[in-house]
Amino acid sequence: MSVRARARLRAVPDGRGGTALPVLESAGPLALRRTRSPHPPYARVTVVGAMSAPLNGDRLAIEAEAADGARLTVDAAAATVALPGPRPDADPSTYTVDLTVGEGAILHWLPEQLVSAHGSRLHQTTRVQLAPTARLLLREEQILGRHGEPTGALTTRLAVHRAGRPLLDQQLAYGPDAPAGWDGPAVLAGHRAVGQLLLADPLFEDAPLPACLLGPTAALTPLAGPAVLVTAVAADARLLRGILDDAMRELLDGLKESFED
Amino acid sequence: MSRAALLVLADGRFPAGGHAHSGGAEPAVAEGRVRDADSLAAFCRGRLHTAGLTAAALAAAAAHGLDPLALDEAADARTPSPALRATARKLGRQMMRAARATWPGPELDALAAARPRGAHQPVVLGLTARSAGLGPEDAAHCVAYETVSGPATAVVRLLSLDPFHATAVLARLAPDLDRVAEQAAEAARQGIDALPAASAPLLDITAEAHAAWPVRLFAS
Repeated sequence: MSVRARARLRAVPDGRGGTALPVLESAGPLALRRTRSPHPPYARVTVVGAMSAPLNGDRLAIEAEAADGARLTVDAAAATVALPGPRPDADPSTYTVDLTVGEGAILHWLPEQLVSAHGSRLHQTTRVQLAPTARLLLREEQILGRHGEPTGALTTRLAVHRAGRPLLDQQLAYGPDAPAGWDGPAVLAGHRAVGQLLLADPLFEDAPLPACLLGPTAALTPLAGPAVLVTAVAADARLLRGILDDAMRELLDGLKESFED
Repeated sequence: MSRAALLVLADGRFPAGGHAHSGGAEPAVAEGRVRDADSLAAFCRGRLHTAGLTAAALAAAAAHGLDPLALDEAADARTPSPALRATARKLGRQMMRAARATWPGPELDALAAARPRGAHQPVVLGLTARSAGLGPEDAAHCVAYETVSGPATAVVRLLSLDPFHATAVLARLAPDLDRVAEQAAEAARQGIDALPAASAPLLDITAEAHAAWPVRLFAS
């Protein structure tokens, strides 16, 4: 029995310098909880996995909107583990994330890792629509297999539009369903953890950051639009998170007034 | 379509400057990830099905007649590495010069005027194919083949790999090349929103490292 679930949340300014959540709808395995935010202007929502998911065949979706002027952080209580489930002939599962960030709004989308367990098949899609003055901090991490096991089949797509124009479009495909070469020297070279950290901010329009290396398997690159992307591969989830955390700290320090006022 | 025009466009001696680029093979050789014919084959296969598919689809879309400026923007969004964007535009500018001399046409003139510093090379190649009377599959084949022939040729120089072995690697990739070109052309016919965005994290990362080398044999 596969699960279809669509969770929704919407953040709006509460008129007192904070952010209210007029929509906060959990669905199936995606339980949304309002949690205490360390930064008062921000509302914080934590995604709590209410059951094991996605299993092959499941169709999960989250829609989140930070309306004009809202400040929202979404994080997660634990990693998401894609699992094969009981039916060997099931279709791949899908996990679709639709994010909308309005004028002057800020969204920090910081889920935990996505782990592709052996035998699982998952298509993940993240679509983001940014208003011209929206700000976004987004992290995605793909972990290929639990400890010591071969990876499942995983495809991800991250498509970000700003003011209706494409800002970033990336597709990754790993595991038994992917065309050969995904594990080879051009793509992963045996690394089992892959991550992206995207920071979009209109401030970069006038002051773009230069590209720089963050060690031998990670780079920070300015996109053609006002955003930077950190791309990293690592041997495991812990090393990957270390690279992305360091990068996030430096980026946010550099933009302190933009993000923390 | 003219099969001979396809040969002219796909010829490694077509004066568009591609020979100066290793397609990411130079840093891969330096890091020991490409060291023989087998690892070259794995490198080429990975590049073909990621960056190669994405570029082939952009070329097919331009050959099919989709708006080249929208495709250029789509190419930017698919190229997070500024080093690779600069390379793509430089190669696009060189390809444009050769194209306007060989198969001149108003669409090439319009793109050259709109992007004087160069549009992304696959977009220019696709428009060149269109100007030469070729179709989306032809353009996709050219780009897919370039995606692997560049690294194979570079590795012959970088590792003194036997050229027979390097060419054998390319020959064994022929079925993959056909499949990628077909996929690319199919996506192009469905419109710009259907274009693939397959990417290779290590190619993006090492392109930035390579661009910072003080001395290198290849421009990218």
